[in-house]
Amino acid sequence: MKKSGRITALAVIVFLALGFFAIQGLAPSTVAAKEPAKIAFIYVGPIGDLGWSWEHDRGRKMLEEKFGDKIKTTYIESVPEGPDAARVIRQYAMQGYKAVFATSFGYMDPMVEVARDFPKVYFEHCSGYKTAPNMSTYFGRMYQPRYLSGIVAGKMTKTNIIGYAAAFPIPEVIRGINAFTLGAQSVNPKVQVRVVWTNTWFDPVKEREAAVALLDAGADIIAQHQDTTEPQKAAQERGLMSIGYDSDMRGFVGDSVLVSPIWNWGAYYVDTVNAMLQGTWKTHQYWGGLKEGIVQLSAFSPKVPKDVQNMVMAKQKEILSGSWDVFHGPIVDQKGKQMVPAGGKMSDKDMLNMSFFVKGVVGKAGQ
Amino acid sequence: MRIIFEKRKSMSRKAMFLVPAGSFLISLILTAILLAIFKANPWATYVAMFKGAFGSWPNFTETLVKAIPLMLTGLGVLIAFRLKFWNIGAEGQLTFGGIAAAWVALFWSPNLPQWTVLPVAILMGMLAGALWAGIPALLKVRLKVDEVLTTLMLNYVAILFAEHLYYGPWRDPKGFGFPGTPPFPEFAWLPRIAGRAHMGLIFAIVLAVVIWFILNRTRWGFELKVIGNNPTAAQTQGIRIARNIMIALLFAGALSGLAGVCEVTGISRRLQQGLSIGYGYTAIIVAWLAQLNPIAAIFVALLIAALLVGGDQVQMMMGLPAAMGLVLQGMLLFPMLAGALFTEYKLRLIRSPKITDAATKQEQVAT
Repeated sequence: MKKSGRITALAVIVFLALGFFAIQGLAPSTVAAKEPAKIAFIYVGPIGDLGWSWEHDRGRKMLEEKFGDKIKTTYIESVPEGPDAARVIRQYAMQGYKAVFATSFGYMDPMVEVARDFPKVYFEHCSGYKTAPNMSTYFGRMYQPRYLSGIVAGKMTKTNIIGYAAAFPIPEVIRGINAFTLGAQSVNPKVQVRVVWTNTWFDPVKEREAAVALLDAGADIIAQHQDTTEPQKAAQERGLMSIGYDSDMRGFVGDSVLVSPIWNWGAYYVDTVNAMLQGTWKTHQYWGGLKEGIVQLSAFSPKVPKDVQNMVMAKQKEILSGSWDVFHGPIVDQKGKQMVPAGGKMSDKDMLNMSFFVKGVVGKAGQ
Repeated sequence: MRIIFEKRKSMSRKAMFLVPAGSFLISLILTAILLAIFKANPWATYVAMFKGAFGSWPNFTETLVKAIPLMLTGLGVLIAFRLKFWNIGAEGQLTFGGIAAAWVALFWSPNLPQWTVLPVAILMGMLAGALWAGIPALLKVRLKVDEVLTTLMLNYVAILFAEHLYYGPWRDPKGFGFPGTPPFPEFAWLPRIAGRAHMGLIFAIVLAVVIWFILNRTRWGFELKVIGNNPTAAQTQGIRIARNIMIALLFAGALSGLAGVCEVTGISRRLQQGLSIGYGYTAIIVAWLAQLNPIAAIFVALLIAALLVGGDQVQMMMGLPAAMGLVLQGMLLFPMLAGALFTEYKLRLIRSPKITDAATKQEQVAT
C-alpha cells in the first residue's frame, strides 16, 4: 500500500508534466519571411576557458559585427563529445537554424547523422574529416605557428627540457607536437620535448596536473594543446615560462607566456557565412594556414630577445611566401627512421594521418 | 538537545502523495528565485525546459534515449542498495558491458550466424557487467573490503581499458588515426523503436516488473530484504548472506552491463569516447529518489532524463551559461531527495538534560 501510493504520486507528476507540455508544444510556431538567418555554435567547453571555446566565440562575435541584423547567432557550451551531441545538433536543426557550427572533433559522427535528416541546413564541423553535400569541414594549419613558437622555446630553454601537456594522441595534436619540436630542434638540437597525455580537451585540474608533472621532471618551459590557461598558470607559479595556445594567453596570465600560436576563426566564419547568405555555399574541406589568417602567431612577450623575435619573423616570412613549409624533409622519427627524405615534402593526406613522433619528442604517439 | 531521525512506522496515504508533490513544488519555487536573480523569466524557462523534453515527438524520443541507461543502471544500483551494498560502480559495469558487446560485434560476428550476433552481444555484455560487479562483491564477502572504494576504483579501470582499446588495438584503421573502433555491422545494431529510442526501453520496463516481482513476491526477495534491514536476524534465521550478496550483485552488474550494450549497439554503434557520461552516477540519484522501488525507478529515470534534456534549453532558448543548467538540475533534485528522506523518517528533538541525568546517575552507581 505504502509503496504503491508513492508510485502513483510519481506517475501523476510525470503525466501531468507530459500533458501540460504536450499542450504547450501544440502552439504553432510561425516563421516570418524576413527573419535573420539563425546560426548556432556548439562548444565543447565553457567560453570562459579563455582558450579554445573562447576563441570560437570570438569568431562568432565577429560574425555578428560583420553581418549585423542579417543574422542571429547563438551558442551552447560544455556539450559532451560523442552520441549525446546528436540531440543538441538536432534541436537546432529542428528549430529552423540555417547553419550549425560544431567546434570539436567528437561531434563529427553525430553531425553526419543529423545532416542526413536536414538537407536544407548547413552543417560545419571543425577538425574532422567526414563531409556530406550539406556538411563541410574546416580547420587551420596550426602546425605553422606552432613551429614558430618552437623556435622561441628552443632558444630560451636552459634545461633543454620542454614540457608539453597534450589532450589526445590524434593526428591534430601529434602534428602540433612534431611541428613545435622541429622548430625547437632547428635552433637547439639538444632540446627534448616531453609529452604528457591528459585524455581531455577541457579539464582545468588535469591540465594543471600534467603541467606540474612536467615541471617536476625538469621542464623549464611548458607548451600545451589544451583548452584552458591552467598549464600556463602552473608554470608561472614556479617562476617559469610557457608557450600559450588558442588565444593570446599572455593577456590572461602575464609576460611569462612568451608567445602563443593562436586561432582567428572569424577569418573563416565570415567567408563561409557570406557564401551561405549569397547561396554560393558548396561542401568543402577548408584547411587554411598563416597565409589565410585563420592561424596566427601572437605578439611576443617583452621577455623574448629581439634577435629571437627576428629569427622567428624571418621564418614566418618563408612560410607566408610558400617557399618553405614545416614538414619539408629531412624528417626522421624517434627511432631515427627517415620519414621524409631531404628535398621531399609531406602531403596533406600524410599530415592529416600523422601518427609518429619526430626525433626529439619523448613520449609515445599512441597509448 | 539532540536531533534524531526516527524511522516512520506508518504513513497516511495523503502524506504519501503530498510529500513528493510538495517537494517538487518547493523545488520549482526555489529554482524560480534563483532564475529571477539571474534575470531569466522562471516561467519561460520552465516552459522551455519541458518543451525541450516533452514538447514534440522527436524531443520526447530523445528524453527516452537518456532515460533508458538511467533506468537500467538505476535498477542495478537499487538492487545492491537494498542489501546496503553501496554499489558506486554502475558506470564501470556499464562500460564493461559496452566493451564486451563491442568485442562480439566486431570480432565474433564473422564466425557467427548473423541473427545470433545481437543476442550473443547482449549476453556477453551482461556477463561482463556481472563480472565487474562480482569482483567487489567477492572481495566484500570474503575479505570484507569496503565496496565503496572497490566499485568506484573499478570504474576508472573499466573506462581506461575502454580507452586503451579504441585508441590502441581496436582503433578503426580507416579512421585517420582518430580514436574509436570501426562501426559495427548492421546486424549488430539494436533495433530502434522511435527516433533514436531503442529496444532497451522494453528491456528496462520488463526487467523493472520482473525485479519488482522478485523483490516483493518471492522467498529470495524476502531474504534480501532481511539481509538489508537486519543482517543479524538474517544470520540467526540461517539465510546465507554471502551467497545472496554475490547473486544479487551479479544480477545488478548484469543490468548495468545491459545498459552498456544498449548504448553501444543502439546509439553509437561503435565503441568510442562518450560511452560513459555519468549515467552510472546519476543512477544513484535515480535509486534514491525511487526509494529503491523498481517500478518507481522507471518514472524517476524518465523525470531525470527530462531534466537533463530540458536543461539544454536553458542555454539554447534562455541564453544562460552551461553551469546554470547544472545548477538548475541540482536545485530541482535536492528538495526531492530531502522529501524522499522525510517520507521514510521523521525528525525528533530529544532534550539533552535527560541524557546527562541518566549518565550522571550511572556514574554515581559506578562509583
